[in-house]
Amino acid sequence: MSVPTELGYTAKHEWVVIKDGVATVGITAYAAESLGDIVFVEHPTVGEEANTEDPVGEVESTKSVSEIFSPVNGEIVEVNEALEDAPETINSDPYEGGWLFKARVSGESTDLLSAAEYTKLIEGEN
Amino acid sequence: MSEPTSTPRLTALHKTHEEAGATLVDFAGWLMPLRYGSETAEHTAVREAAGLFDLSHMGEIRLTGPQADQALDNALAGHLSKLKVGRARYTMLTSEDGGVLDDLIVYRLGEEEYMLVANAVNVPVVASALAERAVGFDVEVVDESSVYSLIALQGPKAVEILAPLTDANLAEIRYFAGYSHSVAGVPVLLARTGYTGEDGFEIFIKPSDKAPEIWAALMEAGAEHGLVPAGLSARDTLRLEAGMPLYGQELTAELTPFDAGLGRVVKFEKGDFVGRAALEEASRTARARRLVGFVARGRRPLRKGQDVLRDGAVVGTITSGAPSPTLGRPIAMAYVDGDLDTTTGTFTVDVRGRGEEVDVVELPFYQRKS
Repeated sequence: MSVPTELGYTAKHEWVVIKDGVATVGITAYAAESLGDIVFVEHPTVGEEANTEDPVGEVESTKSVSEIFSPVNGEIVEVNEALEDAPETINSDPYEGGWLFKARVSGESTDLLSAAEYTKLIEGEN
Repeated sequence: MSEPTSTPRLTALHKTHEEAGATLVDFAGWLMPLRYGSETAEHTAVREAAGLFDLSHMGEIRLTGPQADQALDNALAGHLSKLKVGRARYTMLTSEDGGVLDDLIVYRLGEEEYMLVANAVNVPVVASALAERAVGFDVEVVDESSVYSLIALQGPKAVEILAPLTDANLAEIRYFAGYSHSVAGVPVLLARTGYTGEDGFEIFIKPSDKAPEIWAALMEAGAEHGLVPAGLSARDTLRLEAGMPLYGQELTAELTPFDAGLGRVVKFEKGDFVGRAALEEASRTARARRLVGFVARGRRPLRKGQDVLRDGAVVGTITSGAPSPTLGRPIAMAYVDGDLDTTTGTFTVDVRGRGEEVDVVELPFYQRKS
């Protein structure tokens, strides 16, 4: 299962990369594979304040509904609208075309898992 | 209801599924393949080419004896004594009060021999009800579920794939017929039945441990025709598109066959049988609910248990819902109030507080071109 080393991860299976104070967030290849074919994405609203405690959206597969959490606190500045017509991109390209939203990071930075730590976590789940 | 099981049972094909990288799930006490890769791709393969399913969790119950036919007429809703040898019938086991205890396929294997195929979760209920209702008839009821494997080959390419592997002349096996034949050199019951809305075959294999060699032979013969292994996820979306009911969702002990719009399976002309009085009344009474089909306008999937509303009032509940790969839209079956005029008004489904607009459609959602 692909776990790119340049990304940060959460225990809820999101990946994040922060550049110039803006975090780009998606779900990991492991999460996408576990859910099965993604058929629907509920995005947060641009301008909404995201925090790490409350869900900011949903990803639905054939059989399940999963809440999406933001790995960072901050304002949502962009969502990946292309996923509305092609949610399966999350399965085929979770780390590039399958990104979910971007948020301008505010406040304290959150603890993220490294690729090695996340790999250990998902190995423990199997 | 089902016995408390700590570890699910494994089918004879368990190792085959593991080697194929299947995602396995505990289903009715069995560890079954949910999907092997993309469930949407498996669904599409069955519609366009073929898919291979392990259905060994299903139950097989055999009735043998000079009064097997009369015992079944008494025990089930259908008129099974009229069934010709070699043919199969869709029927139901109902309680004394008319509630559906299971839906079944019955195969007549001989003048004095029948085999019933029951849903995995209901096997204990069906086996004990049949044994109880057989008292006074010259018939033996044997639950053979643990000695059978069941493989289903489904899809428009099923005939081409199976033909070189069997002694059967497949052109002579009609839909809802089943006979003793061999597949890959193994004696089986070969039936032209299924639960996908496609042409196909169900292969009953006894002893069950012969299943892996038949599976491997079919996969090899099917490779050039686009055959893929398919899991329970695809099976569920395929049967839903085909408008076929699922026990525990469209069919329950609280509903009669008439509620489900399947009153045609109840044959009063055969004489007395268990549940007759209640079912006669149900056939005369206006139905409290009606099964309808919905297609969503948006993309958000509809799911079992969600409320159906018209003009803000709850008028029904979804029993099965899923994204339909064939239609490209979410679909659902739902029970709505029996007297509801579904030709007018705007229907919405309450998806976790959001009203998703849906349109009423005729069932089934999908019908193959024959």
